[in-house]
Amino acid sequence: MLTIGQYVRPASLDEAYALCQKKNNVVLGGMLWLKMQRRTVGTAIDLCDLGLDRIEETETEYRIGAMVPLRALEQHAGLAALTHGAMEEAVRHIVGVQFRNCATLGGSLWGRFGFSDVLTLLLALDATVVLHHAGALPLADFAALPRETRDILTHVRIPKAPRRVAYLSQRNISTDFPVLACALSEQNGQYACAIGARPMPAVRLADDKGLLAQGVTEESARAFAEDIAARVTFGSNMRASADYRREICKVLVRRAALALGEEG
Amino acid sequence: MEIKLTLNGKPVTASVDADTLLIDFVRDHGCYSVKRGCETANCGLCTVLMDGTPVLSCSVLAARAAGHHVQTLEGLQEEAADFVGFIADQGAEQCGFCNPGFVMNTVALLRENPDPTDDEIRAYLAGNLCRCSGYEGQLRGIRAYLDSRKGAQA
Repeated sequence: MLTIGQYVRPASLDEAYALCQKKNNVVLGGMLWLKMQRRTVGTAIDLCDLGLDRIEETETEYRIGAMVPLRALEQHAGLAALTHGAMEEAVRHIVGVQFRNCATLGGSLWGRFGFSDVLTLLLALDATVVLHHAGALPLADFAALPRETRDILTHVRIPKAPRRVAYLSQRNISTDFPVLACALSEQNGQYACAIGARPMPAVRLADDKGLLAQGVTEESARAFAEDIAARVTFGSNMRASADYRREICKVLVRRAALALGEEG
Repeated sequence: MEIKLTLNGKPVTASVDADTLLIDFVRDHGCYSVKRGCETANCGLCTVLMDGTPVLSCSVLAARAAGHHVQTLEGLQEEAADFVGFIADQGAEQCGFCNPGFVMNTVALLRENPDPTDDEIRAYLAGNLCRCSGYEGQLRGIRAYLDSRKGAQA
């Protein structure tokens, strides 16, 4: 059972940052994961008054506030166009509309959850995370930060550079966590492949061997998929074994590469 | 702590604990349509509208709802009455425990998308679990309501 001693809505990020330095204080996201924990929280820090619930567009990037719900990402026309529908595909399987209206982008990333569809997609999109104290850092670097880090994730930035993107996931049953998730993007001939729900947190890999350099064909897509599956470490849990995940990885990466080929 | 919000159109001021959940708050204020189901944010039984958006009241702090408009089925009887009869006609509700959550989320769906396809209905209601019926009855009921509305407009 979750017990909270005090609830505070800070008036500034500085105030929120100062509050979150104490070990048993917690910054609230959507609270969906937090409330299932047996935990005593000193002060729950709610960022809802800090204007972090907006998706802003500049000439070069989308700047997405940490309190933006996943449902807003799913419905945003600009993000849909930028990702060729991958943003919607990445989040639409997550439980239900009501859940996605509660779950926030910041909460989804801060937990660096192994099952995270959002982390998987954003790794392939070269996203940058903005922390109030530490500043901007690549998402991959953020994902490797120690969990004891006491900072506040304020925004996620996604560059608007044109790219092709595909997102695929495998689930044992609709609305469950993914057994495996795969995001593949291509920009100026450079491919980035993120594999999530391994079940460890997502990792990002490049096409180091240039297997897709001569274009996407059934053969090159298969070779690329087998290379990715061989380089990624998989684990077993109640949803699937490591061996099963490796086989699924080959299928999803091959299909994602072929989908990029069809996007032209 | 003291919070102020609007519950089904009426201003409410109340003293709550920092960890009081919205589901407990609305039930304490007589809104018994809001059901406690899985308590893991998966079943949709506790769906309420916050500023018109469907959310899971089992996962929202009452304190976070302060300053917002919260609606439960008790406050949406007229809007829901349009289509709940069609759901009942299909035998879609057996034990009925999931029904208020289904109705609340259907209200939200039809406000957002007044003429959804069957796939859009299924996708929108994917977060509402029913252990009795297999979902086809609810889908038939909503489809029958939409078809009757089109017929009335023709």
